[in-house]
Amino acid sequence: MACSVDSTLDICQAEQDSECSMEDENDTSSCMDNDFETVEMDFVGHLIKHNWVDEPAEKITLTRKRWSAATQRVLSSMPSRSVEWTGVAAHSSPRVQSQASSNRDIDKDRVPQRKHLLATLQARSVAECARMLRSLPLSLKKKREVRAQFSCERGRQETSTKDSTRSHFPSWLGKRLSGAQQGVQSLLNSVQLWHEALKQVSGRFGTGVLSYFLFLRTLLLYNFILSMITIPFLVLPQVTRPSHGSSNKISFTGLEILTGTGVLTNSLMFYGYYNYTDGWRPGKTEAYIKGTYNIRLAYILTIGIGLFVTCIMLIYSVFKTLGTSSPMSVSHGNLALKVFSSWDFKISKKVYVQQLSENICTHLKVMLCELHSGIPKRRLMTRLIWLVLHCTAWAICLTCIFCCVLGIYRFSHDRKQFSMNLISEGDTHWLILPLLVCGVNHLIPCVFNMLAWMESYDSFNLRIYIAIIRNLFLKVSMLGVLCYHWLDSIAAGKYGTNNECWETFVGQELYRFLLMDFLFSVLDTIFGNFLWSVFTRKILRRKRKPVFDIALNVLELIYGQTLAWLGILFSPLLPTLQIVKLFLLFYLKRASLMMNYQGPLKPWRATQMTTIFISILCFPSFLGATACITYTMWRLKPSATCGPFRTLSSMFLAGKEWRKSLEISNPGLAWVSWIYMLLGNHIFLFIVAGIFLLVIYIHIQVGDGQRRVTTLLQKQIENEVEDKKFLISKLQTLHEQHE
Amino acid sequence: MGNKQSTFRDDQLDEYQDCTFFTSKEILRLHGRFRDLAPNVVPLDYTNNPDVTLPSSLIITMPELKENPFRYRILETFSEDGEGNLTFYDFVDLFSVLSETAPLDLKIIYAFRIYDFNRDGFLCLEDVEETVHRLTGEELRVEERRLVARRVMEEADLDGDGKLSLIDFQNMISRAPDFISTFHIRI
Repeated sequence: MACSVDSTLDICQAEQDSECSMEDENDTSSCMDNDFETVEMDFVGHLIKHNWVDEPAEKITLTRKRWSAATQRVLSSMPSRSVEWTGVAAHSSPRVQSQASSNRDIDKDRVPQRKHLLATLQARSVAECARMLRSLPLSLKKKREVRAQFSCERGRQETSTKDSTRSHFPSWLGKRLSGAQQGVQSLLNSVQLWHEALKQVSGRFGTGVLSYFLFLRTLLLYNFILSMITIPFLVLPQVTRPSHGSSNKISFTGLEILTGTGVLTNSLMFYGYYNYTDGWRPGKTEAYIKGTYNIRLAYILTIGIGLFVTCIMLIYSVFKTLGTSSPMSVSHGNLALKVFSSWDFKISKKVYVQQLSENICTHLKVMLCELHSGIPKRRLMTRLIWLVLHCTAWAICLTCIFCCVLGIYRFSHDRKQFSMNLISEGDTHWLILPLLVCGVNHLIPCVFNMLAWMESYDSFNLRIYIAIIRNLFLKVSMLGVLCYHWLDSIAAGKYGTNNECWETFVGQELYRFLLMDFLFSVLDTIFGNFLWSVFTRKILRRKRKPVFDIALNVLELIYGQTLAWLGILFSPLLPTLQIVKLFLLFYLKRASLMMNYQGPLKPWRATQMTTIFISILCFPSFLGATACITYTMWRLKPSATCGPFRTLSSMFLAGKEWRKSLEISNPGLAWVSWIYMLLGNHIFLFIVAGIFLLVIYIHIQVGDGQRRVTTLLQKQIENEVEDKKFLISKLQTLHEQHE
Repeated sequence: MGNKQSTFRDDQLDEYQDCTFFTSKEILRLHGRFRDLAPNVVPLDYTNNPDVTLPSSLIITMPELKENPFRYRILETFSEDGEGNLTFYDFVDLFSVLSETAPLDLKIIYAFRIYDFNRDGFLCLEDVEETVHRLTGEELRVEERRLVARRVMEEADLDGDGKLSLIDFQNMISRAPDFISTFHIRI
């Protein structure tokens, strides 16, 4: 590769020289002769599209060597040469070039500019002023002066108005609100968990790997908020009133932590422990003793509110990341962008700086090569082979997934049949299913990796997307078949289980899955990564350490989080367990990273990838978990012997009961029951869902429209560029004619 | 939080919060970092706005800037005297622009100033060549660098005058959403 690049560059250099000589001959007057309609308007694009060897004559440049003084005077007074900050403060201020004595700011003409700036600032509210002030490209000293002047003027204005009380209130409110916002922001900033650790990671590995750890921290935050909602309202009341559980003493062996059975079955961990024996009198099911804690309602409400808050936070972060990522995709091989935006300013270690330098150098060489020789057109035969290869790879992937899913499904059913006979043998057989599923989840991606290596994609980004799609498909099908098994088979008691408390059983299953997933991650990180890095270095004799696979690790995090969300109904302490797991995982992954890996070789589009991952977290993962929970609460009959919903035929009916009791006890709160009735009404829910979808649709259309306008404006810029060149060359020729 | 420290008055902290993208806690942390560079020179008490300037040779020793190929240009861009010697205001300004929450427009303007090596207000061919040189070290030969610089100029120079103005630069960078995350130093 290196040899061919060098030779092509030499050829290009020769062509370059010949073109330079051509340029001197064809001075600006040649522009007049060219037919502008036939010349391609896309000035930048045509250099990339056309082969430089074939059509060098179409290149139109304006050489400055032959411009007259008049033309140059006109050029230098053009507004585009003198605009300093456009769009920053929503006004442009002319700047006198090359006579600035101070390094940072302009000294000449400052007084009228400053007045203009102050006038603009005064027209806005307090918060907007602060925002505008921050984004001015002035030095801090000048900003302080502007701020002092501005607050002085504003103070004067406020005292001079007659009706000062009326004008004071909105500004007072504005100040309080912005103060509160600042307070919340500073609180969030002060809880900067792992700030130093993240800095170290970004300093060595760059923005891409950092995005994985930031994602982990975000998940920790979600779980923390969920725990904060469930623990005080659900767990603590139950702790203060322990239920009368089974009286026989069960011995505690260490295995219980893994299987979740034994001592843990009838504990705070799982659904079965939660009940309301205090307030329940057999025979008088509707009448609650006043003053007792209604654990049924608490259960529904805390889980509902917890999930709702999580939903809001997720949608907010999806929209936030969508806003920052540019809709326009960069055409590959844009050299200028590579030069100016590829340096990662966060990297601080010398070795990694050198590596980054080398990477950029290689990319530049490859890009130059592609630009000169163009992307080789594939022959029909090669394309056919390529197509066949891809189809085979996809077929293998889908077959793998299907076989695994079928296998898991059959095993889970067989297990049900065997469980009745094997109960006496202890509880370790429960661990086989989680073991199988985790094994599949960790080994099949390796198969996918090998297939991708065999397929050898041209584009790095395409490979990442395909890998994400395949792994996502695998995990979604796994979770799908498991959910079906739990909710349909076990809950309906189809396989004649003698589990009296199916919710606790499902909770235990999810607990086991979560723990097994964590154990597999630990083992994979410690042994797998270490062994793989030793393998690549010693046996394959590669100079560099292996690259950290960001996409795969993020998908594993999303999978774990889906399990936690699924399990919150059956095991309220599962988010807390997830917090502990994420905490340990952070330190483990970081240690493994430092020891075994290097940063990604190709540029990782952090913004775009973060958007994709947050969207995956929101749409298949969270939505699926919520759908399962809603289905459970709505359609499935709670078990009759355990848990807080034991006398009802559906969990939602607890709400109806409470409404009825409220009507009896507190007629004054009838509006609450009215709201509840409204929420239960199908038509109302449809209307709300319809409005929600409408809002999303409008946002999408607005975004789409904005994108189209941007493309049109880009086209307009290019057309204006051509106009300008035409006019300048015309000006020049006119001037020459007169001389 | 405000009355426990004696480095800044409350109104000074408010000023900083309004003019930069930092909270008061971060400002205090920055002051600690600034002071660590030269504890004998930088006073602990900044309530009277002392005029203390640290030379660029000292600031270069910070681990965040030590290996950055553009470190001298960054210091020159943000310093008042243009030589790279920073006061505390310049120091805070530097890290504020390079922080996570600074908007894209502001970063583009300062990036333009940083890459403008000859400080003429435009990115001419020599500036781009120098940028490529700093990025790649000695890996590329001189002719290769020149070739890259010419291609960059052709791609980005929309008005065809042989140099990039701020508008050309803005137009080009606004197509790269990752610029915000790469043009960022964590402090």
